[in-house]
Order: sequence, then structure tokens, then C-alpha cells
Amino acid sequence: MIAPLLAVVRRDLLLALRQRGDVLNVLLFFVVVVTMVPLGVGPELPILRMIGAGSVWVAALLASIVSLQRVFAQDHLDGSLEQLLLSGQPASVVVIGKVLAHWLVTGAPIALAAIPIAVLFDLDTDAAATLVAALVLGTPALSLIGAVGAALTLGLRGGGVLVTLLVLPLTVPVLIFGSAAVQASAAAMSAGADLLLLGGLSLAAAALAPWAIAAALRISLE
Amino acid sequence: MSLFRFAAPPEFYRLAGKAVPAFGVVSGLLAAIGLYLGFFVAPTDAQQGEVYRIMFVHVPAAWMAMFIYLVMAFWAALGFILNTRISAVMANALAPTGALMAFLALWTGALWGRPAWGTYWDWDARMTSTLILLFLYMGFMALHGAIEDVRRADRAAGLLALVGVVNVPIIYFSVQWWNSLHQGSSISLGRAPSIAAPMLAAMLVMLFAFWAYCIAATLTRARAIVLERERDAEWVRASLAISQ
Repeated sequence: MIAPLLAVVRRDLLLALRQRGDVLNVLLFFVVVVTMVPLGVGPELPILRMIGAGSVWVAALLASIVSLQRVFAQDHLDGSLEQLLLSGQPASVVVIGKVLAHWLVTGAPIALAAIPIAVLFDLDTDAAATLVAALVLGTPALSLIGAVGAALTLGLRGGGVLVTLLVLPLTVPVLIFGSAAVQASAAAMSAGADLLLLGGLSLAAAALAPWAIAAALRISLE
Repeated sequence: MSLFRFAAPPEFYRLAGKAVPAFGVVSGLLAAIGLYLGFFVAPTDAQQGEVYRIMFVHVPAAWMAMFIYLVMAFWAALGFILNTRISAVMANALAPTGALMAFLALWTGALWGRPAWGTYWDWDARMTSTLILLFLYMGFMALHGAIEDVRRADRAAGLLALVGVVNVPIIYFSVQWWNSLHQGSSISLGRAPSIAAPMLAAMLVMLFAFWAYCIAATLTRARAIVLERERDAEWVRASLAISQ
């Protein structure tokens, strides 16, 4: 089970490495969206400090979902997705590999990019560290839930808008606990409970979502 | 086993055709009784005056909005397990009614909120989760509408409903927690702990009226969907020719 999983991860990472532009674009998308917020709201630092965490999370949400669309769509177009599902390996394992690779090239870089972003919103060191930790713990859930939507809308017209419509309401808990953690830490309270809940959400998503993604892919490829 | 007989489209179409007028009449009668009880028998509220009477529409709508999502997910699950055609038809027919109920609950809630709390919208946990529920209904219908192949649309939307039903309680509790974290709400939806017996009676009658309406509306829509899908079948041509 582990060998095919690693093979899928290695393949997708290699593909990402060969198409570095696409990976960088997602990161750039995240940074640009976050930068728009202070421009829209105004430069008052107390307000920015308050809305910083929420803005970063919303941008991470969008970046993660928009980029997921590509993961399945490319493989669907060249037929390799069907080959992967016909390979005799459990579909859920293949799917976990693809989502893990996606997280490594989007979720993880976004968490790192949040460090300079935290400066833009004048978050103190503790709050910035909590933001990074929350992103590391929460973005796997975003990738997993987003993958269900991406698999359901595979090959549809206007899939990008549709997948956002389907997935965003389902990611509300991640958003809530993600920014609550940072706000608790900015108010010098313990963010432990929020971080634990975020980790719990990701684990629950990891346990349940692969089956849903695999089923959705089968429906879409029928 | 005999229940499965109604999973066949012609049988379903016939039975639903008989059930729709019955539920429609029951709904109308109950609504008349419930509104009479609500407007003329139930006493004026000590704190809110007359405005609380919107509750007789608001509360049943909110309950139906939540309940219909569960029923929709149930039909979706049944569709996956038994692979019957009518299950997906039912899930599809329920979605617009559920969305309508969620919208009604939000709309009447806003109208009630303005005089009672001084604001149309307050990011209260229940309001927020009802709004998200409305988005989930919209997503279900949008996904179904975006897929041309009906079978794929049924299965994809059904899977989405199942994913949604797992998420609904998590969303509800996280929103509740979010609200209590952000602000100490000075106004809460909770009214006086006990409501007068005539109020309760009016609300229950209205609830059953909504229930009957939802069944009638859903079955009407389901009949239309069955006709559309089976338009090439012999029995559809025959039954339409007779009724003309």
C-alpha cells in the first residue's frame, strides 16, 4: 500500500517540479489576494491586525481550491487518471497520494509564505507563529475537502466557479478555527484548543474524504 | 418487498398523483386552522407584542429546511445502496423545496429581527448556519444542473448531499462556537422559557401544514421529473394521451 502511495506522490511532485511556474502561480495568487485586503480596507493597523488572520485564511482557501482543479483535470485530459484507477491499487490510496502531493506543493508553501504576510498585517511573533501552525494543521483538510469538489466537477464547463461554490460552505469549520487560533494568540490567550480542533478536522477529513474522492472520480469517469 | 413496487416509475407516478391532492388539501386546511389559532387565539406576547406571530411561519420553515436536507441525504444514500431510479428523483425534487424553506426562514427571520432586535441580520449561530445550509442546497442544485448526463448528475449530486450531511453538524457547532467567541450577544433568539399553550398549538399545527405542503410540492416536482426522464416510455405516452 505504501509503495504505490509513494509512487503517486513522487510522480506528482516530479510533474510539479517540471512545471514550476504553475506552483509559483498558486503562491503568487495567495500573496496577491492577501495584499488586496489592506488596499480595500485601509491602512489602519489596528483594523488590519484584527482581520489579518481571517484574510490569510480566505486567501489560502481560494488558492487551495483553485489549484486543486488542475490536479485531476490534467490527468483526466491525458488519460493517466483512468490508468491510475485501473492500476489495481485501491483508488483511495491513489487519491491520498495525489492530495498529499498537492498539499506539499500548495498548503506547505502557503504556510511558509504566511510568515512575511503576517508582517503586512502587523501580527506579533506569537500570533504569526500560531498562524503558520494553524495553516500547517488546517490546509490538509482544505486539500482533502477541495479534492471531493474537484473530483465531482471533473471535466465540466465552468468547473472552477462551480467547485468553489460546492466546497467553500464545507470549509467553514476550518476557517473558523483557523482564524480563532490566531486571534486567541494575538489576545495573549492559549490557542491550543483551536489548533487541536484544526488537527482533528484534518484527521477526520483524511479518514473520510479519500473514499468520497474515489467515489466521485468513479462517477465522473464512468 | 411490496414497497419496492413503488420504485418503478409508472407505479410511483400513479401513487404520487393520488397523494398530491390529498396532501395539498390537508396542508391548506391545517394552514387555515394554524393561522387562525396564531392570529386570533394565541395571546399577545408580553415582551414582543404582536410581532412574535411571524414565528408561526418562521419556526416551521426553519425546521423543514434542516429536516429536508436529512431526507434528501437519505434518498441519496438509498440511491447508492439500492440503485433505484426514484431515489435520485426524490432527492432532486426535495432540493428546491428545502432551499425555499431555508430562504423563507432567513427572510422571515430578518423581518422578525428588525422590530425585535433592531437589526435585519445578526451573525447569530442559527442564522449563519441556516445561510450555509441554503448555500449547500444551492450547491446541490448547481452541481446537478451543470452535468448533462442525468445518471452522472444524480450520482454526483447524491455524493455531495452525503458529504454535506456529514458536515452539517460540524458546521453548526463550529459556527455556534465562533459566534460565542466573537461577541457576547446581547440579544438571543431564545424567548421566554415557556410559551403559552395556544402558541404552541398554533405552531405545531403550522408545522404539520408545512410538512404536508413540502410533501405535496416535492411529489408534484418528482412527478414532473419522472415524466421528463421517461418521456420515451410507452406508459408515459399512454397516460398523457388518456388525460388529454
